[in-house]
Amino acid sequence: MSDRSSPLHQVHVAAGASFTDFAGWQMPVRYSSDLAEHHAVRTAAGIFDISHMAEILVSGPDAAAFLDFALAGRLSAIAFGQAKYSLLLDESGGIIDDLVVYRRGDDAFLVVANAGNRYPVVAALTDRAAAFDMSLEDQSDDISLIAVQGPRSRSILEATLGLTDFGIPLAELKYYWSTDARFGEIDVIVGRTGYTGEDGFELYIRADAAADLWASLMSAGSPLGLVPAGLASRDTLRLEAGMPLYGHELSLDTFPVQAGLGRVVALTKEGDFVGREALEAGPPADARVLVGLVSEGKRAGRADYLVFAPGGDESVGVITSGALSPTLGYPIAMAYVEAASSAAGTTLEIDVRGSRVAASVVPLPFYKKVDKND
Amino acid sequence: MTDLKALKYTAEHEWVQVDGSVATVGITAYAAEKLGDIVFVDLPKVGSSVTTGTVVGEIESTKSVGELYAPVNGTVVEANDAVVASPELVNSDPFGEGWLVKVEFAELPELLSFDEYTALTGE
Repeated sequence: MSDRSSPLHQVHVAAGASFTDFAGWQMPVRYSSDLAEHHAVRTAAGIFDISHMAEILVSGPDAAAFLDFALAGRLSAIAFGQAKYSLLLDESGGIIDDLVVYRRGDDAFLVVANAGNRYPVVAALTDRAAAFDMSLEDQSDDISLIAVQGPRSRSILEATLGLTDFGIPLAELKYYWSTDARFGEIDVIVGRTGYTGEDGFELYIRADAAADLWASLMSAGSPLGLVPAGLASRDTLRLEAGMPLYGHELSLDTFPVQAGLGRVVALTKEGDFVGREALEAGPPADARVLVGLVSEGKRAGRADYLVFAPGGDESVGVITSGALSPTLGYPIAMAYVEAASSAAGTTLEIDVRGSRVAASVVPLPFYKKVDKND
Repeated sequence: MTDLKALKYTAEHEWVQVDGSVATVGITAYAAEKLGDIVFVDLPKVGSSVTTGTVVGEIESTKSVGELYAPVNGTVVEANDAVVASPELVNSDPFGEGWLVKVEFAELPELLSFDEYTALTGE
């Protein structure tokens, strides 16, 4: 099932991309150098095709109440234009997906899900919709998503020919807010959201107009250092920013609080929501928690490598994502470790293919952007 | 420019250049491209003996880890310190400055020709 390709596929081929299978999609993994793409996002800007993401429109008089029931957050509390990171839980408190929800009006929300979870998310939402006066529309096949990320993102969008009619000027658009705009005659939603730890925007547009928008953004951005960036750099960027990736840090077997996402769950909201009872009972006392690990040298721990107490024979944890950090220059990893080993400053060891590498527990994120908009 | 047709290859994506009793070994451009940007190279020590088909080193990119297999039985007579210091040489010049080790051997095993190797990678 790896034959799906983005509406921008030919654009990527022309730009010399290498492709990888991601959740059944052929998506660009890199164009030339994943390190150069990573650094471009930290210092200038990168443009990502994330059209594989799923978009589900929830609309109707009960849309807000429905989302308060179906998701872990209080979506009814966000204003028109605002976005919120949320979780779709199962009855036992496990995570079906992590999502971003944009409020599109009093009675309309756009739910953005991971490509690999499109069908489980649609199925879960459909199951939960019965008692509500609203409708669900899976628009994933009709909407493309382009992310422009990096300190020069705003300048690039403002310089992009044809991109006009911003409801809120970009200079005033706050983090995790969105605004309507137009690209020529076509409607665009511009969210100040992203998955890189930098300032940036995500642009939702009709699939058949995505290639023209990409080209226009590239024309405006190239002189400012904008480069096309693939999923390899997207992964190291989000890892440095301490952002979880479904299937690595999040799963059906993970409680939100273990992943440090307790703040996303609105246990104080009125009324029931799916997963509430399990979350109130809490995860088992011995549940592992997500931590950051840093090491010296160049050898990075990677997903599934075991973590030990110094000299220990029994593992106290396992890495979920890891890499030699391109920005920081040393190895970083996220890992689930036993609570007793989770305090910042704890010294642990990673088994890197048979040899032990010392690592220290640090608070997440590894990297925080400095204010360098230009 | 290295004459790629004069090199021998392995199914593990190494290239081998034979000069008398010394084989210079690197990974192919195909392998380097698949790995992505290489950020760490671990090579066997000079003087160590290596056995055909065993793992003797590692080539790590940001995304993954590639293993270096010895293509011949023999003794490592030189390791490329330049790629240890600058792993990106493996990406920029895999058949030249990005060479990895030189192995002195007594007998050369059966290796792939250029045509056989390119048939394998389909490129």
